[in-house]
Formats: sequence, C-alpha cells, structure tokens
Amino acid sequence: MRYITPRKAATGLGSSRSGTAHHWHLTVSSYAMVILTPLFLIAVGQAIGLPQEGVVAHFGRPVPGIITALFVIVGMIHFIKGTRIMLDDYVHGEANKLAVIAATIFGWAVIAAAVFALAKMAFTIIAI
Amino acid sequence: MADVNRGNRPLSPHLQVYRLPIPAVASIMTRITGHALVAGIVLLVWWLVAAVSSPQAFAAADWIVRSWLGFIILTGSAWALWFHALSGIRHLFYDAGMGLEIENAKRNSWIIIIGSVALTLLSLIIFFIG
Repeated sequence: MRYITPRKAATGLGSSRSGTAHHWHLTVSSYAMVILTPLFLIAVGQAIGLPQEGVVAHFGRPVPGIITALFVIVGMIHFIKGTRIMLDDYVHGEANKLAVIAATIFGWAVIAAAVFALAKMAFTIIAI
Repeated sequence: MADVNRGNRPLSPHLQVYRLPIPAVASIMTRITGHALVAGIVLLVWWLVAAVSSPQAFAAADWIVRSWLGFIILTGSAWALWFHALSGIRHLFYDAGMGLEIENAKRNSWIIIIGSVALTLLSLIIFFIG
C-alpha cells in the first residue's frame, strides 16, 4: 500500500515529469543569450576575414575567447532543451527518445569542439 | 437519420488555406530560427577547429566562410539570431504577464519581424565598415 497521496506524487513533476525546471532553465539561459548575442556577433565579426594567425590570436585574447566559449556552451545547452520541446511536440514514442539522445550528443559535441579550439588558441598565445 | 449534408459541411481552417495571424507566424518563426541556427554555429565551430588544425583545414573552412554560400549562411544566421533573441525577449515579457492582449501581440510581432531585419542590416553595416 502506498501512503503517499496522488497529489503529493504528482507535485513538481508536470506533464514532462520535470515540472518547471525545464522552463526555468530555458528562461535563465535566454537572459544570458540576450547579453551574449551582440557581444558574440562583435567577437566573430572582428575575426572573419583575418588570416589564420589573426583568427588564433583574436580568440586567444580573454574577452573574445570567453564570450565565444560562453555563447557556444550556453547556446547549445539552450538548443538541447529547446529541441526537446519541439521533439516532444512532433515526435513520439521510441523515435522521440532516440531523437532527444541524438540532439543531446550533437549539442555536447559542438560544445566540446568549440571549447577545444578556443582553449588551444588561448594556449597558443602563451607559446609565442 | 442519415446526414443529408454529408461531404458538404464547413470544415475547420486548414493550414494550407488558412491565413495565419501574424503572432502565429512569429511564434512558428521563433522555433524555426532557433533550430536553423545550428547551420551557422556548426559552420563557425568548424572554422574555429580548422584554425587550430592545419593551414589546409583553415583554408578550406575560411574559403566556405568567405564565399557567397558562407555569406548567405552567416547573414541568415545573424537574422535568425536577432529574430530568436527579440522573440525570446518577448517571451520573457509574456512570462511576466505583459503584452498578451491581441492588439499588443500583433504589434510586437511586427516589431520583432522589422526589428530583426533592421538589426541584421545594422550588423552587416558595422561588419563591412568596421
């Protein structure tokens, strides 16, 4: 026999079993992205057209490097959470699970690639 | 009794013939722009990784970035980013219970559409002048 009431068992779960946490995470990351978007466009805009050494030196500097890293990390986590909503709307059953897994892996792969490149650029400056 | 009007009844609006209200267009565009931004971010991250890989890898990525295809992808991504950002800001107002009246929703949908184009043009101007 379960002593927990149905009300208690459902509290905080919501329709997708994670309550408001998912929505709240997208809200918090959207505030971050509003700040990061113009900064990121400037950081990337300054680098497009530069030769390879120029690109490496540009993103090796603290401000463009940190802005770009934050944009890709926060942006791709925002993407993973946002894609989950779209998939829950249009894709159901096992296909939904596989698509959510694929989107999550893809998102973290992009983050890892960007962070690796930016870290290598940051350390290239020290080596020169 | 059989339905004498079978086959000749009014149907609910179908997406292909129903003109969507402008807030609905802006809402759908928010989802589309958010997902389409993957193209721009993948191109840029590939370009970043190529820059620390080899001169050949960077030459290939940089050629794409600076080609007309790269220009279309990056300009389109800049517009998608501005559109998604403005619409996201509207969602933050929605969460606070503001701007939900139909007339307000129509007006700020146009602000998002026109504002995203204006900010994209401004971004391009700053990029080509700066």
